[in-house]
Amino acid sequence: MTGSEFVPLSLPPLVIGICAAIACAVPGNFLLLRKQALIGDAISHVVLPGIVLAFLVTGVVSAWPMMIGAGVAALVCVGLIETIRRLGRIEPGAAMGVVFTAMFAGGVLLLEQSDTSSVHLDVEHALFGNLESLIWLDATGWHSLLDPAALAGMPPELWRMLITLLAVLAMTMVFWRPLKLSTFDEGFARTIGLPVNLIGLGLVIAAAIAAVAAFDAVGSIIVIAMFICPPAAARMMTNSLEAQVLWSVAFAVLSAVLGYVLAGYGPLWLGFENAVSAAGMIATVSGVILAIAAAFGPFRTRHGVPAEI
Amino acid sequence: MSLDLITSEGHRVGGETEFDAPLAIRGLTVSYGEKPAVFSIDATFQPGEMTAIIGPNGAGKSTLLKAALGIVKPLSGLISAWGQPMASQRARIAYVPQRASVDWDFPTRVLDVVMMGQYRSLGLLSRVRNDHRQIAMDSLERVGMAQFADRQIGQLSGGQQQRVFLARALAQRADLYLLDEPFAGVDAATEKAIVSVLQELRAQGKTVVAVHHDLATVPDYFDRVFLINTTRIAEGALAEAFTQPNLQAAYGGRLATAQMGAAI
Repeated sequence: MTGSEFVPLSLPPLVIGICAAIACAVPGNFLLLRKQALIGDAISHVVLPGIVLAFLVTGVVSAWPMMIGAGVAALVCVGLIETIRRLGRIEPGAAMGVVFTAMFAGGVLLLEQSDTSSVHLDVEHALFGNLESLIWLDATGWHSLLDPAALAGMPPELWRMLITLLAVLAMTMVFWRPLKLSTFDEGFARTIGLPVNLIGLGLVIAAAIAAVAAFDAVGSIIVIAMFICPPAAARMMTNSLEAQVLWSVAFAVLSAVLGYVLAGYGPLWLGFENAVSAAGMIATVSGVILAIAAAFGPFRTRHGVPAEI
Repeated sequence: MSLDLITSEGHRVGGETEFDAPLAIRGLTVSYGEKPAVFSIDATFQPGEMTAIIGPNGAGKSTLLKAALGIVKPLSGLISAWGQPMASQRARIAYVPQRASVDWDFPTRVLDVVMMGQYRSLGLLSRVRNDHRQIAMDSLERVGMAQFADRQIGQLSGGQQQRVFLARALAQRADLYLLDEPFAGVDAATEKAIVSVLQELRAQGKTVVAVHHDLATVPDYFDRVFLINTTRIAEGALAEAFTQPNLQAAYGGRLATAQMGAAI
C-alpha cells in the first residue's frame, strides 16, 4: 500500500485505535490490581444513556454535548455504585453489575422510544463505534502530516483521543507513587497522609475520561477489552508494576495494530468479500493475547498464597 | 484547643507532661455500626516505653491503633502527638499494618516496599537518590532480610513478609512506632528478630506500641500493657497493670486461670 492510500484511509483509524487502547490500558492496570476492573465495563455501558439524553436535550448529533452527557452519566454511575455499596453493604462487583446493566438498559429503552432513527445513533454504533469511517480525506500522502491545511481536515476524534492519552499518561506519571502505594497498602498510605479516597476517585475519573473519549471513536467493546485484557496479560509477564504498565502498553498497541489489519485484510485472505468490524477484531485480538499470556507467561502462577497462620 | 483538655488532667508521668507525650489519646470513641468498637478511651504513651495493647478478640485493639493514626474516623476524641494534632506529626510516626491486610501478589519487589516508607519525604516526583536506597537497605539489614531485596514479595514466607513491613516502618525513621499484630503467624526466628529490633528502638528512646495476642510472652517482650475490652481496663507498667484481676476483667470467663498463671 502506498502512502497516498495508507495515510488518508488507514492512518487516522490506526492512530485513534492505538491511542484509545493505551489510554484505557494504563489506568486499567491499577483498576485490575484494586479489583475494580469491572468499573471500566460499567463506565463504558452507562455512556449510552448519557449520549442519548444529550441528543434528546440538544437535538443534534454533535461531539461535545454527547461527551458531556457521557461524562455526567459516568459520574452518576460511579456515585450510584458507591451509594449502593455503602447502603446495601454489598461487594463492589455486585453494585457495579446492578448499576451498569440498569443504566445501559435504560439507555436502550430511551433510544428506542425517542426519534433517533433519522440520525446515526444506534446500539450497534455504541458498541462498535465507527473506526473505519474516521478517514482523512485531505491527505494525499505522508507529506500531508506537515501540511497545516491538510491537518485541519483530520478527524477531530484523533485530536481528542491524542489529548486524552497525553493527559492520562501525564497524570499516571505525576501520581505514580501515591497510586502505587494506595493500591498496594491503603491503610499505610493513609498514615503517611495521602488522600486515599481522593486518589481512588481520581483514578476512576481518569478511567471515565478515557472511556468516554474512546467510546466516541471506537465504541464500548474496545473500551471494555482494553481496561482488562492488556493489563491482565501484562501481569503474567512480570513481577514489577513499572514493567507491567509498559507491557500493557505494548499489548494494547499490538492489539490495535493487529486487530485493525486483521479486520481489514483477514477476511480477504480467507476468501471472504467484506472486511469485519475493526473494533470487534481489536477486542478479540486482545483476548487472544491474554489467553496466550495466561498459558505461556513466565509469571502466571499466583505467589500470594496466604501464609500459614 | 486541645491544650486545656489535655493539661487539665494534670498528672505527670516519668518527668514528662502528658501534653508532650508522643501519643496521647483522650475520650476516643469509634463505632462501625450501632455498637461502639472502642468507647471513651484514654491512653498515653511515653518515649522509651514499649507497650502491648492486649484484650480479647473484638475488643477494639486494632481499631484503637487505626483511630490513633487517622485510618478510621472516630465519633469523638482527641489524638495528639508531642502535643500537636496527630495529622501534623505524621513524619514522626511509623505504622506496621496487619500482614493480612494487603495482597502479597502485588507486582513489586521487597526493596520497593521498603522504599514506600520514604514516599512521604520523596513526594511526587523527586528522584530516588542513593541515600534513599541506602536507608532502605539498612532497614532490611536490621531485620535480617537484606539478601531478599530483589525478591517478589509474594515469594516470601509469612514471617519474612512481616519483617519487610517492619523494615518499611524503620525506613520511615520515625519516633513513634505503632504495630498491629506484628507477631501473628510468624516463625520463631522472625519473632526473635522483631523483638530485638523493637527493643533496640526502645533503647534509643523511641515509643513502641504493639497490638499483641500472646499473653505468655508479654512480660518477656514489653514493659507496659494497655488492657482493653471496648473500654480501657488498665494501663501501666507490668507490675501494676498486668495483674490477674485486670486480665479477668478484660477477658472475663474466656481466660482460664491456668493460662493467666503461666503468663504472670
